[in-house]
Amino acid sequence: MSLAHDARVAVRPAAVTQRPARTWPEINNPAAWIVAVILVVMPLIASGFFLIEIFATTLILGIMALSLMFLAGYGGMVSLMQLTIAGFSAYMVAVFGISGNANISLGWPWWLAVPMALALATAFGTLGGALAVRTEGIYTIMITLAIGAAFYYFTNQNWAIFNGHTGINTVATPHFWGVNWRADIPFYYVVLAVAALCYFAVEYISRAPFGLALQGVRDNPRRMAALGFNVNAHRVAAYAFASFIAALAGVLQVWNYRQISPGSVSVGACIDVLIIAVVGGITRPIGPFIGALIFVLLRTFALDFLVRLGLDGNRFRLLIGLGFLAIVFWSSDGVIGLWQRWRQSQRSRDDRQGGGRGHG
Amino acid sequence: MDSVAQRLSAVGAGAALELRGVTRLFGALAALTDVTITVRPGERRAVLGSNGAGKTTLFNCITGDFAPSSGTIRFFGEDVTHFPPYERIRRGLRRTYQISALFPGLTVQDNVYLACRGVSRGRFSFLRPGQNDALMHAADNLVQAVHLSAVKDQRVAELAHGQQRQLEIALALAGAPRFVLFDEPAAGLSPTERAELIEILTSLPAHIGYIIIEHDMDVALRVVESVTMMHNGRVFKEGLPQEIESDPEVQELYLGGGHE
Repeated sequence: MSLAHDARVAVRPAAVTQRPARTWPEINNPAAWIVAVILVVMPLIASGFFLIEIFATTLILGIMALSLMFLAGYGGMVSLMQLTIAGFSAYMVAVFGISGNANISLGWPWWLAVPMALALATAFGTLGGALAVRTEGIYTIMITLAIGAAFYYFTNQNWAIFNGHTGINTVATPHFWGVNWRADIPFYYVVLAVAALCYFAVEYISRAPFGLALQGVRDNPRRMAALGFNVNAHRVAAYAFASFIAALAGVLQVWNYRQISPGSVSVGACIDVLIIAVVGGITRPIGPFIGALIFVLLRTFALDFLVRLGLDGNRFRLLIGLGFLAIVFWSSDGVIGLWQRWRQSQRSRDDRQGGGRGHG
Repeated sequence: MDSVAQRLSAVGAGAALELRGVTRLFGALAALTDVTITVRPGERRAVLGSNGAGKTTLFNCITGDFAPSSGTIRFFGEDVTHFPPYERIRRGLRRTYQISALFPGLTVQDNVYLACRGVSRGRFSFLRPGQNDALMHAADNLVQAVHLSAVKDQRVAELAHGQQRQLEIALALAGAPRFVLFDEPAAGLSPTERAELIEILTSLPAHIGYIIIEHDMDVALRVVESVTMMHNGRVFKEGLPQEIESDPEVQELYLGGGHE
């Protein structure tokens, strides 16, 4: 406590104000509970195809986009290397763990290979972040894109560790307690648990000193320095945290497909993560998951839809691109922004109707 | 934080703030030339001068927003010339900005909480503050002190100009300030708000010194005990408020010509 407040408090006694508890906004939101219940009972309603190809894939992509949302939404740093960090983590699981490429994989059990992969990928992302924080705006995008592109070409050409363009196949997945954790239903729950953990961690940290300070750095880095914060250290720490989240997604991804190859870490895939985050909305952690669901649904079903219209099914990216344009054009906050504006217009219409009656 | 021993040692070191031969060049332009200023602990001083006299550049050099091209800056005896801004702030230096530099996306309470957190430990804490968090109470008190309790849960972007100026001051008083730089705190304030500002400045604890840049002489000369007059990046004159006010050269340079 400073003497400064004490002195003025004496002039103007401060009543001890009761702050509203900084609790979870979701607790009072019935829609959040409904979504949570649906996600938990999903294996009862959805087939194996839907469970894995749609929902598990959505959640994995959502976690990757969440790591970008944390950096871009709270820190104002648009990083295009979040998929690269996830891919690096996936490669490390394959390299340290067990796979069909016995000449490369070291054969460690998953419970050793996974922490190793997470640690290395987090270190990789933190180093990349330490480079990127020396720049701002478009240059951050360029540096992280360069890291992503370099990693893609490196995996293509390096045979000793990354096995070139064929990648690493038939990666082993965990079996323990008599459960095959890559079987559809157990794997869905593993992915759901990790996604929920990441979501709530980001949500929680956004109101903790670290997250608040990050938002301060986003709004006004110079003032943050004039308040005693080491702005660059804060940014690098944000990269470290986001890298860990992306690394978790990478582990899930390599277990999902049981293989990892340069195609999964291509520049196009890096940009997909940006599109997912922006379409969903980068102002809140739920946005990336909404964006990922839209992306996966389009990718899966646009083919049939386009073929029925007599177009080439591979043009699903055309739909995504048009959707992206529409979102960026009409709502800078993505789908969440559209939803919030719709809610607001409903509310103000109700107010107006109420006011009209009052005057009558 | 500010123990008696610390304050005594500060007195022993002489000045709160000591600038020696500070020069700042922007290319060929000298924004500051050989500025030497010494301010005692607890002293309140005004820096006057027309636009372009180098007043804000002086503040930027003191806080470390950019380094002086030559010269040294000592803060309570310690050479801080090459310290990054945050190191100087952690040692008790504070500043406000001429154009409010706040966090528009965050609430008033969060703005002040960040200011309190910036000068204490746990800046990287992943744990949310609880109900009895000391810094949260410190932030509450500061919000109250600048009369913003009614709007403390509003986003700063929604505040009126006068309220933003008050918040600007609250951010500079967080923690245990030892010396504050106020950059035109009265800019754009109504007469009532000016009176409140004067009340806030005069009721600061005696050990907190400050330098205030202020064009409004009614505000400036009521809240300071000494004046430094700057002109073209140089210290032009130093003295008591009444001396400076009645100095013919100063009147010609500033008070006469500069009265809008």
